[in-house]
This record gives sequence, structure tokens and C-alpha cells, in this order.
Amino acid sequence: MLIFAARRIFQAIPILFGVSLVVFGLVHIVPGNPIDLLMPPEASPAVIAQMKKAFGFDQPLYMQYLLWLGRALRGDFGLSVFNAAPVWGQLVTALGNTFVLAILAAVLGFSLGTVLGVSGAMFHGRWPDKLFSAIATTGVSLPHYWCAIVLVLMCAVLHDWLPAQGMGDDSLPLYDRLQFLILPVVTLSLIPMGVIGRLVRATVLEIFGQEFVGALTAKGLTRWPVIRHVCKNAAPPVLALMGLQFGYLLGGSILVETVFNWPGSGNLLNLAIFRRDIPVLQATILVLASFFVVLNLLVDIAQAAIDPRIRR
Amino acid sequence: MSQATLDLAQPRIADAVPLASAPGYWKAVRQRLLRDPVTIAVTLVLCGIVFISIGAPLVAHADPYVGSVLGRLKPIGTPGHWLGTDETGRDLWARLCYGGRLSLLAGILPVTISLIVGGFLGILAGYVGGLVGTLIMRTMDVFYAFPSILLAIAICGLLGNGLSNSVIALSVVFIPPMVRIADTVTTQARQLDFVEAARASGTTTMQIIRYHVLANVLGSILVYATSLISVSIILSAGLSFLGLGVTPPQPEWGLMLNSLRQAIYVQPYVAALPGVMIFVTSMCFNLVSDGFRSAMDVRLNK
Repeated sequence: MLIFAARRIFQAIPILFGVSLVVFGLVHIVPGNPIDLLMPPEASPAVIAQMKKAFGFDQPLYMQYLLWLGRALRGDFGLSVFNAAPVWGQLVTALGNTFVLAILAAVLGFSLGTVLGVSGAMFHGRWPDKLFSAIATTGVSLPHYWCAIVLVLMCAVLHDWLPAQGMGDDSLPLYDRLQFLILPVVTLSLIPMGVIGRLVRATVLEIFGQEFVGALTAKGLTRWPVIRHVCKNAAPPVLALMGLQFGYLLGGSILVETVFNWPGSGNLLNLAIFRRDIPVLQATILVLASFFVVLNLLVDIAQAAIDPRIRR
Repeated sequence: MSQATLDLAQPRIADAVPLASAPGYWKAVRQRLLRDPVTIAVTLVLCGIVFISIGAPLVAHADPYVGSVLGRLKPIGTPGHWLGTDETGRDLWARLCYGGRLSLLAGILPVTISLIVGGFLGILAGYVGGLVGTLIMRTMDVFYAFPSILLAIAICGLLGNGLSNSVIALSVVFIPPMVRIADTVTTQARQLDFVEAARASGTTTMQIIRYHVLANVLGSILVYATSLISVSIILSAGLSFLGLGVTPPQPEWGLMLNSLRQAIYVQPYVAALPGVMIFVTSMCFNLVSDGFRSAMDVRLNK
């Protein structure tokens, strides 16, 4: 088990290195120096040269990459080109806000999805199964940014139930601030609910069809211990997908954050794109992608801990 | 009547011969599809959506680009504009019809491109193996390390907006899973006994790939591709929604949703309409894909 974990961690290092290359490459794929694009046309060449030097854009590309990577490894992502504030500080605040949304949405979506999937498999072929499958397919096909708009429409425009935007002032009492969470969390939880629901249903059905389930029942085990065995067998693929989905929630909340004006990492990324703020852009993508790699690593190790067959 | 007898006879024929390679396989798939009311209904809806998009001038008489200052944000059911008007007074029904062209194109094109490129790379990696295979697969692993929406937004945001950049971004996002599927299936197919036999009896590499590998790869990759179209339509509309895809004033569902978002307090129902189109289209593609998958899965129908 330890050897498996060590080997997986070792394999993740070249991937992380590749990710940093892709992020850097993406940002520099656009012709032209980022500072030239940012400065007003009437700025004097001397000022532009000074800006380039200050942000390190005067160096050759490979030097820029090595310098950037070296500093990024020490947690120093430089200053924002837009407002000269340290990137790291902005990123931590934004990531914290996104994390709150992602964790709550994951808990809600995963539990609903599991319930839908298991009940669908239990009632296989009958009307509850069809109903639950329909709900899960709807969850998968919903454009979540539209769903966000519809929820705002129902809860904030047509009725005055919940706040439509933002995350509330710090001065508000906790109860009021929690209300700001409800709509974005519900919106974000729909896709994981659908995806997990469909996989749980398929996996549980497949396992029900295997011979060992019949053998356990024949051996005289009651309903619940049999279900426990089925769950343990269904866990690895479901767990893997949950890890992926949590990563998508962290990295993919940009659309929902835009609709709800939630000051998270997605919003930061969106602003950075429109401001052409290269340091912020690089840092946000790199950190989110690294999170995703680490998350997958943890899922792999957790899978191997549950299922010894995976540790080859 | 003859149809019914055919249906009854089918399982017995199917049981007698090895299914996947039986000549009647595709016939059986077609018959299972014809017996599936959901798939048929959903396919009809999809045909309808494609029809109003391609034949937009036939079904919508208003110009999707010409607005009217006085006729802005009219409600659903206004005479002359049965679905209302948008924030510059353009007829919403016309824009929804014409918008389908770009939305469907921006959704289907990336899947097609990634199907071809990803299928080619995957078969190459799986059949040649060795250093080339490792190189291809490890590169794909790096792209796998990005959440798909993040990668699409990053590429599109950096390349600048426009339909072609949105198509490029989504193609890059969809290639890695295609490569992985094609690689797995090819590796399996290469080791099959009859492929070994074909090679031993002097069949050329191209012939083996053409007849044995491609036939196996295409089935699984096509089913996956149909399910990707649904994701692709949601994502491409999402890119336009962020202002990264199609540029105004062109009609496109995601872009329309974004510009109408400001009008949500004035005409709430009109503002939600473009999203309904995205939702229905992606739902239909999802259900069609499900229908194909269960019709092609031999085990399920035993």
C-alpha cells in the first residue's frame, strides 16, 4: 500500500511539471508582449521599458518560465499587473470563497446522487427507477448558468425569498449571510447529483448481477449486510468520480460565480482574462489545476485502500 | 404483422451466432432503436430543432439583426413577436431560430474535430505503442490534469473571442478522452486472436487497422461522441455566455442569455428563453446517446 502510494506520488510530479508548462505556454501563445497590450498608446517607450523590467517581461521566454516556476514553488506569484497588489493574497481569499461553495455543493450533490442511484437500482425497471433516472439525466443536461438565472428568477425576482447576488456583508448576522449561499450551492450541486446518480445506479445494478451477491443471500445473510457488501464493491469507481466532480466544482464554478457575482476564484479568473492580467491568470490556472492533480492522487490512494485489487 | 414476427425471431438468431461480429448486429441495433419510444420522440425533437435552425428564414419572418427602439423587451404573446423582443427590440423567435445555427455548429464541430484527431492519435498510440505511444499518452495525461471548463475558458480567454477560438478550445478539451478510449480499444483489438491470425497470414498493417481496429474503435468512440455533444453545446454556449465565444450582434443562445440577463427584472420569462433552447437540445442529445448505448449493448438486451 505504501509502495503504491509512493509510486503514484512520484508519477504525479512530471504531470505537475507538464501542467506548469501548459499554463505558461497558454499565456504566451498570444503574440505580443503583455505589457504592450496593457499600456495606453500614448505611454512613452521609457515607461513601457520600465514596466517590462519591473514585471520581468523583458527576459527571454525560457528565463521567464524558470523564474516564474521558481518563485511559484515558493508561493510567490508576483504582483498583479492591473492593481499591483500581491497575487497570492487575492488568490487565497478567492479560493476560500470558492471552497465554501464547492464543499457544500459536493456534500449536497453527492448525497442526493447516491440516494437517487441506489433507490433507482433497488426499484430497477419500475416507475421510481424511471423517475430517478429522469431526474439524474436532467441534472446532467442542465446548463448550470441558465439554471442559476432561473433560480434567481424564481427566488429573487418573482418572490422575495432569497438574495440574488453577492455573498453578503461581514457585518450581517450569520443567518443572513447563509442565505446568500443557498442559490449558488443548489445550482452547483445539480450536475454532481446527476453524474453520481447515474454512475451509482449503473454500478449497483452491475454488482447486483454478479454471482457473489446471490451466494451471500444463499449463505443466509440478511438484506443489510448484503447491501454493505454491494456498497463496498461499488465504492471505488464512485469515489473516483466524486473526486473528479469535486475538482470540476472548484475549477468550473466560474459560470455560476459570474451569475451570482460570488467573489471566488472563477470570478478572479474572469476578471483576469478581461484585464489581461497575466500574473493573476497564470497563478489561478496553475493553482486550480494543481489542486485537481493532487485531488486525483488522493482519490487513487483512497481507492487502493478500499480495494486491494487496484494495488498492482 | 411481418414486422412483429421479425422482432420475435431476432433474439433466437442473435443467440445462435457470436453477436458483435454477426452480420445481423446492426440490423438488431436498428430494430431495438425503433422499439424505443423515448429515443424516437427525442430524435424527432432534435430534427425539429435542426429544421428551425437551418430553415430559419422559412419559419421566422422577422430579421434577427434589426431592432426597434420602441419595441424593446416586449412580453411573450405580443402581436407580431409571439415570443417577445430582446433588449434592442429584435424579434426573439427569429433570433432563437437563427441562433440555433451557431449554437449547434459550435457544439457539434468540436466533437467532430476531436473525434477525428483523438481517434487518429489513440489508434496510433495503441497500435504502434512504444515511445510514440508513451509520448502521446503522457501528453494527454497533462491535459487531463485540467478541469475541462477551466481549460476551455483559459484557452478561449487567451486566444480572444470568436467562434473559431471557441471551437479550438473545446476541441483541445475533448481530444484527451477520445485518445484514451481509442487507445484502450486498439490495444485490446490488437491482441485478439483473429487479428493475430490476419497478421500471420500476411495482411498489411493498413488493412488490419482499416478492417479490424477501426471497426472496433468506431463503435465505442461514436457512442462517447454523441454523449459529448450535449456537454459541448452547454460549454460552447457557456463560453459565449461569458463573452468569450461568438461576438455580438450575431444570434447565439449563450450570448442571448447573457445579454438578456440584465433584463431579468423587466421581462423574466423572455430572459429565460434562450436557456430553454440550450437545455432542451443538450437533454435530447443526452437521451439519444443513452438510447444508442443501450441498443448497442448486447448484454443489456439478452
